[in-house]
Amino acid sequence: MMKLAKKDILGIRDMTVDEINLILETAESFLEISTREIKKVPTLRGKSIINLFYEASTRTRTSFEIAGKRLSADTINISASTSSVVKGETLIDTARNLEAMNPDIIVLRHSAAGAPHLLASLVRQSIINAGDGAHEHPSQALLDMMTIREKKGQLAGLKVAIIGDILHSRVARSNIYGLSKMGARIVVAGPATMMPRNIEQMGVKACTKLEDAITDADVVMMLRIQLERQKQNIFPSLREYAQHYCLNRKNIKLAKPDVIVMHPGPINRGVEISPDIADDPGCSVILDQVNNGVAVRMALLYMLSGGNE
Amino acid sequence: MKLLLKGARVIDPSQKMDARMDILLEEGKISSCGTTIKAPPEAQVVNLAGMIAVPGLIDMHVHLREPGLEYKETIATGSAAAVAGGFTSIACMPNTEPVNDNRSITEFILRKATEANLARVYPIGAISVGSEGKQMTEFWDLKEAGVIALSDDGKPVMDAALMRHAMEYAGSLDLPVIQHCEDIHLSAGGLMNEGYWSTMLGLPGIPSIAEEAMVGRDILIAEYTQTRIHIAHVSTAGSVRLIRDAKMRGLNVTAETAPHYFTLTDECLQDYDTRYKVSPPLRSEADIAAISEGISDGTIDAIACDHAPHGRTDKEVEFVYAANGISGLETSLGLSLNLVHEGILTWEKLITAMSCNPARILNLDKGTLKKGSDADITVIDPEQTWTVDVKTFVSRGKNSPFSGRKMKGRAVLTIVAGDIKYDGRAL
Ligand SMILES: [Zn+2]
Ligand SMILES: [Zn+2]
Repeated sequence: MMKLAKKDILGIRDMTVDEINLILETAESFLEISTREIKKVPTLRGKSIINLFYEASTRTRTSFEIAGKRLSADTINISASTSSVVKGETLIDTARNLEAMNPDIIVLRHSAAGAPHLLASLVRQSIINAGDGAHEHPSQALLDMMTIREKKGQLAGLKVAIIGDILHSRVARSNIYGLSKMGARIVVAGPATMMPRNIEQMGVKACTKLEDAITDADVVMMLRIQLERQKQNIFPSLREYAQHYCLNRKNIKLAKPDVIVMHPGPINRGVEISPDIADDPGCSVILDQVNNGVAVRMALLYMLSGGNE
Repeated sequence: MKLLLKGARVIDPSQKMDARMDILLEEGKISSCGTTIKAPPEAQVVNLAGMIAVPGLIDMHVHLREPGLEYKETIATGSAAAVAGGFTSIACMPNTEPVNDNRSITEFILRKATEANLARVYPIGAISVGSEGKQMTEFWDLKEAGVIALSDDGKPVMDAALMRHAMEYAGSLDLPVIQHCEDIHLSAGGLMNEGYWSTMLGLPGIPSIAEEAMVGRDILIAEYTQTRIHIAHVSTAGSVRLIRDAKMRGLNVTAETAPHYFTLTDECLQDYDTRYKVSPPLRSEADIAAISEGISDGTIDAIACDHAPHGRTDKEVEFVYAANGISGLETSLGLSLNLVHEGILTWEKLITAMSCNPARILNLDKGTLKKGSDADITVIDPEQTWTVDVKTFVSRGKNSPFSGRKMKGRAVLTIVAGDIKYDGRAL
């Protein structure tokens, strides 16, 4: 198994196709561990991993924590608050303190785009970006790509529709970077107020109607809508949003018959996806995403720790 | 004290002069300018063969941070940076702590500037008390105390009625009003130019219309009230177009831009380097082209660097928390000279934008080497190549994205009232 020639995992934007393939293959090989009776290997014994989360995210944090534990690493969770910045403790102060504790890897979730880049430039430890503002969420995109590949055999040539608040979505950005590198065709859709400017320059097709985007899609990826966006006047109400952007039994017929439906979670049921679709094992791969998430994060932790050297 | 400058190429757009000349300075004034002047007894003679002598450069938009934020800059260090950059006069914005919104702060700034005894410092007073955009300051009293213009820079005057009244009241006192154009509702939460790169980086965008909406509004107020307006730090092609149209219709509108707006684009932000974070934000290639054209055709009257020194702790934080601004006084001339090297500006136009026009806009009896005027002169070595190194900055603000950049042309002598305040000939 090869070693990843990277100190940090900051985003998919600066990854090569070979690196993505390598991570996905490594993740696939770790998938088996989760099915064992004793779901633990001694690979990272003696290594320590800090989960530094400036934003609450039970799912991502738990996934990284399980991934670390299954590799026998010591995992420490630190929930920080961005309000501490106001009190004068900056990410830099925190980084210096953490560095003194000498962990091997720091997994960072932060509300500010670019925060992991700042941290990576300051400490010698490896940094994994577990989501920075509306920028990137690389482990999510990797687990999404792994799930698509598992179900469809390959990524190249597939039509992937990403629906929702593209403007504020790090999941959308990382997937656009990753899927387009891997040769998929991407269509994004959402209200015009949720479309970032010049999005088509990223190599995607953009439209405002869900129906236009999902027609003949192999994969439909629904994004979580943040309720607080209503206050910014970028959409009038959840009710109206759900009427036009909820994936349901009727509109899903426009997609390919073997379409798979994805969601990074947690789902607002009945807003992004109707409950019967979300729970339909015939098309929903949402639980596979969760399962693959642990494997992808195991792969990242393992590869950043130096692989099997 | 007598000083005889010998053999420089003298470029003085105010007299349409571009010739090899000697200049004699006596008692702080220019006493004569001619092809060959014989040195009077006791005169210090400076040989300037190969050099260019111009009316002292004026930066009409700097932040000196004192009172209140002395860790970033003081009036003494800021005016030292000014003369090191070739500026004989600077106009300082009122967003200190406290804000320069009353006579006592203005007098304090002038006293500190006199003590520093380097560049001439002209205070700009606040339009509104505390620059809070609510209550007008005492323009008349501020003017008597020494304020030469009014601005709430750092913030825009959002309230159009307040802006109208400020322009009318200031107009009657012949005080220019300088607007930081930014519709704060359109820019709310924004951290960089809205466009392809904000989309790539997931940073909230500031649309160009945030600036242009207010440029347009203030031009309309100037037209309606028959008053004048000066637009600070123009950063977009749309603003250039609005100002050009207003000038063609004969309105009393003037404008400035900063070197970073004709040098850098928003692509520079791709690694979240906070040194590139400025307000207004760096824009696109098309905006750079429009701004260069605007300076060249006179739509943009002045180059002012918006010198915004900061401490390390203001910039070495997450992008969202980082302060806006570039410490610009020591790179402004070098970057502007690039426009001459690229054939966009003539020397005459450059000196017009960096000396004559700022003087005219601020009603200063400067920007000229006419006999009898103040002996404020900048001597430039047009051939000297050098590399920017923030460690050598005189300014306390080391926040410059230009560190490491190669430059051609540099101020080697900065003369204020006949005294050499900066001598970089040995460098
Ligand atoms: Zn400003
Ligand atoms: Zn300013």
